[in-house]
This record gives sequence, C-alpha cells and structure tokens, in this order.
Amino acid sequence: MIVTILDIVIAGLLMGGIYALIAVGFSLQYGVARVLNVSHGEFIMLGAFITWMLYKVVGINPLVCLAISGPITLVIGFLLHRTLFTRLRSSSPSLTAFEGKSMLASFGLLFIIQNVAILIWGNAVKGYTYLDSSVNIGGAIFATNRLVTALSALVIGVAFYIFLARTRLGKAIRAAAQDPRTAGIMGVNIDHVLALCFGLGALMAGFGGTLISMCYSIQPTMGFQYTIIAIIVVVLGGLGSIPGSFIGGFVLGLVGSIVSHWQPALSLAAYYMLFIILLIVKPTGILGK
Amino acid sequence: MDIASVVSKRAFSLGLLLLILILLATSPLYAPRYTVVLLSSIFMYVVITVSWAIFSGPTGYISLAPAAFFGVGIYISAMLGKALPLPAVIGIGGLASFCLALFVGALTLRLRGIYFAMFTFGLVEFIRHLLLFWECVISGRRGRIVVIVDNTTVYYLMLIIFSILVLTAYLIRRSRYGLALQSIGEYEDAAAHTGVNVTIVKIITFAISATFMGAAGAVMATKWTYIDPYIAFNPLYSFMPVLMAIFGGMGQLYGPIIGAAIFTYLEEFLITRFPYYYMLIFGIIMVVAILYMPEGLVGLIEKLWKRIWGVRGANS
Repeated sequence: MIVTILDIVIAGLLMGGIYALIAVGFSLQYGVARVLNVSHGEFIMLGAFITWMLYKVVGINPLVCLAISGPITLVIGFLLHRTLFTRLRSSSPSLTAFEGKSMLASFGLLFIIQNVAILIWGNAVKGYTYLDSSVNIGGAIFATNRLVTALSALVIGVAFYIFLARTRLGKAIRAAAQDPRTAGIMGVNIDHVLALCFGLGALMAGFGGTLISMCYSIQPTMGFQYTIIAIIVVVLGGLGSIPGSFIGGFVLGLVGSIVSHWQPALSLAAYYMLFIILLIVKPTGILGK
Repeated sequence: MDIASVVSKRAFSLGLLLLILILLATSPLYAPRYTVVLLSSIFMYVVITVSWAIFSGPTGYISLAPAAFFGVGIYISAMLGKALPLPAVIGIGGLASFCLALFVGALTLRLRGIYFAMFTFGLVEFIRHLLLFWECVISGRRGRIVVIVDNTTVYYLMLIIFSILVLTAYLIRRSRYGLALQSIGEYEDAAAHTGVNVTIVKIITFAISATFMGAAGAVMATKWTYIDPYIAFNPLYSFMPVLMAIFGGMGQLYGPIIGAAIFTYLEEFLITRFPYYYMLIFGIIMVVAILYMPEGLVGLIEKLWKRIWGVRGANS
C-alpha cells in the first residue's frame, strides 16, 4: 500500500517537473510579453525534433543537446516577437485588443510551424532510447531517464528563477511585467525586453522538448497537448507567476498520476475538470492576488 | 443624401438580397451536383461563423467553443436520427446547444478577456475526452453511424438555417439589444452603469449563437455517415470560424459571410490541389490577415472605396 502511494507520488512529481518547466515558459510569455502563445507546444516539438536529429544523425548526447535546442528556439522566438508581435502591439488600441489578436496570431503560427515540421520530418511517430535502465527509490522502481529529466527540469527552473531575481536583465524583465510604460520611461528598452521574454519562453519550451524526447515518442503534432497542459498549469499557479507555475506543474503531475492509476482513460478529462473548476472558483490561481 | 436616394438604395439592396436568395433556392435545379454539395459546406461554415460573430463580434469576448455546440448538434443527430424525423432532430440539436450555452454562459461569462477564451477552449476538449471515456470504457463501442439524408435536402435545410440566422443577426444588430452588446464590448463597466443588464445580455446572446451552431451540426452530421468524438468535437471547428470572421471583417454583417464563403472555397481548392500545404497556407493567411487587415476584407474594401470615391466628392 505505502509502496503504491510512493509509486504514484514519485511518478507524479517526475512528470510534474517537465510540466513546470513548460509552464514557466508559457507564463513568462503571457505574464510579461502578454502573448497567450498557443503555439508554445510547437516550440516544444521543435526542441524534441532537434534533439532527435542530433542524437540519431550526429550522435550527440541528448543532455548536451539542451545547449543546442534551447538557443535555437530562443532565437526563433525572439525574431518572431520582433517581427510579428511588436508590430501587433504598436498597432493595437488597447492591451485587451492586443491579447486577443496575439492569441489568434499564435494560432496561425501553430499551423505554420506544425506543417513545416511535417514537411521536414514526416508525420510518423519517432523516438530513441536513452538511459532506459531503472532506479530503485524506497522500493519503487523508476526509469533513469525520467529521473534525469525531472532533475534537469528542476535545475533549469531554479537557475532561471535566480536569473530573474538576481541579474540586471532579470530586474528589467520584472519591471516590464509590472508596468511596461513606466519601465520604458525608466530606460528599459521595452521592445527588446518583451521580445527577449518571448524568446526565453521559447527557450524553456525548447528545453522541455529535449527532455520530453528522452522519455516519450515524438511527432510533429505532439505540441498541442503540451500547450494545453501549460495553459492548465499556468491557470493553476496564477497567470504570470513563476513560482506558481512550478507549484502548479507538480500539482498537475500528481493529479495526473493519481487519476491515471485509478482510470488511465480519464486523466486528460480530469485535467480539464480541474481547469474548469479552477477558472470558475479562483481564476487568479493558487498564488494569485 | 436626400430621402429618395436612401429609399432607392434600400430598395436596391433588398432587391439584390432577394435575387441572391432566389438564385440560391433554385440552384439544385440547374447547378451540377458538386456545386450543391460545395454550397452546403459553405453554408455550414457561414452559419458557424456568423453565429460566432453575433456574440464575439460586438462584445469582444473570444469564444473558442463553436466546436462544442456544433459537436453537440452532431451527436444529437447521431443518437436520435433513427427515431425522430429530421426537423425534430434539428430542433432538439439547437435546443441542446442552447441549454449547454446557457449553463456554460451562466458559469463563465464573468470571466473576462483571455480567461473566457481559455475556458471555452477547455470546454471542447473536456466534452470530447468525457465522451471518449464513455464510449471506450463504459459502452465499449467507439463512434456511431448517422442516418444519411440526400444532398438536396441537406442543402435546403442549411439554406433555411442560414436565412433565419442572417435575419436574426440583422435584427439583433439593429435593436437596442444590439446596442447593449456593442456597449459591453466598448466598456463593460460603463454599460452596466447605464442600466444594461450585462450578464443577462451576454448569456442570452451566447445561447442564441450556440443554437444555430447546434442546428447546423445536426444537419451536417447526416453528410458524414460515421462520427466519433474526434470528428464531432474537432477543435478546428472552433478556430476556423474565428479565422473566417477576422478575414472577412466583423464591422459589417456580410463580413463574416464573405470571409467564410471565400475560405471554404479556398479550403476545397487547396485540399484538392495542395493536400500537404493547405494547413500551412491557412496559417500564413491567418497571420497576414491579423497583421495587415485589422478590419478584415470588408474594412479593406471600404477603405479603398473611400479613397476612390472620397476624392471625387471633395472635388465636386
């Protein structure tokens, strides 16, 4: 009995690590750049496929790929914001109008990125095996790759939090999140910082994609389910709150693990149920104001 | 502008409308069969898009729930198609969507902006997964067979739904009720202070728009012979209307109609010519439309029109 509970909890926490990482990126894009990026999952997919290619073709260790896939998605995200969303932002009469428009534009991006990926890599399911040995934690047995990915996600998350809290650029980002206009007056290059935030969100997605590809099979259409998970986690933790996203990620991981232990077919429905209840009861999230 | 020219302009547009309606109503008599089928799918998207625009156009609440209401219609049609005559099925399909929208609206329309979009989106996925669970685990049978109805009947039913919808949309736009909706979109708190019952207006409009989607779903289900949760609750039915309405422009009633008609034709064309690229092309059109045509196709044409005729007016 205790082993079963431990089993479920640890499996949930391992899954939660990746969820949290994905959600941090999504939260940054919405919380600061004000783009509800529905194509977030597509950046995850890009990260996963870049890793898959590097591992299969060149033979680079997937953990090393983190240093390649992340920066690539960072640059794509940064450029997209500078070309597309900056323009939308300056032409929108209000913040609400911008939020609506940028969400719809990111739907367009979703179709574009996904179909370009299908053209390049085909629509088949792909995957590779990496660290598929097992570890024994207090009687419960887990795959090494799950453990490695969860730990990596945690390290990346903590590193990112320190970056936001302790560096000058992090301060600029936090200032832009609070009040972009005033931050601009105080000498923050606001277009640049917002684009960077969007890029950093994409970076997190790229990292997430690399980690996901170590454990699960990948496909060009895989992104959307992760976007949905990111949305749910972010609502759970409160839109725009980084620690909230982390807590939300682990909570969702636990919920998923508990429900799929009892009835695997219902785990996604349980996520939505949680999401819907939360939106109705407390739309500002666990840590929201 | 004097009264005579206003009257003649109104008579002209009314005559044009009547002519289009007569042409559409008689088209199964002379048009090739393929045209009739194509027109039915155009009607389907036009109905979803226009009913989406009734609510989301003036209020600015982006609803991503059309797939939910459309899917409810489809499922009602699949479940009751054998037992009841088609008009009754359509009525029940519309009513079921109406009730669902009332319920959902009452729960969520106090959520503003992006939260509402996210909630409605979650709703589609939630219904789909619940249905999948029901079919796969409890009843053990995925998917259903739908009773087939011939193309001409489907065409006429869609034409009738379309006509009623356009009439409803027109009446809503012209009434005090439409003005109330508009004021909600512009400044919701101010609208509430001037005596608009914001919640009721929003919920009722949301439910009316859902009714037409449900009815359209009940009719269109008969074209597909087999349905399952993936087909009925396809999120594409949520995104497409939004894209079509934006592409057409929501400033005028005919904007979403034109947008949906062009896009459905484009979809047919692209699927047959470039089956691998068509979603890609859609994505590009979507981004370009949002970036460069904030008022949609109709807004663009109006701007051009003003530029051409406005100059002449200034000279005379």
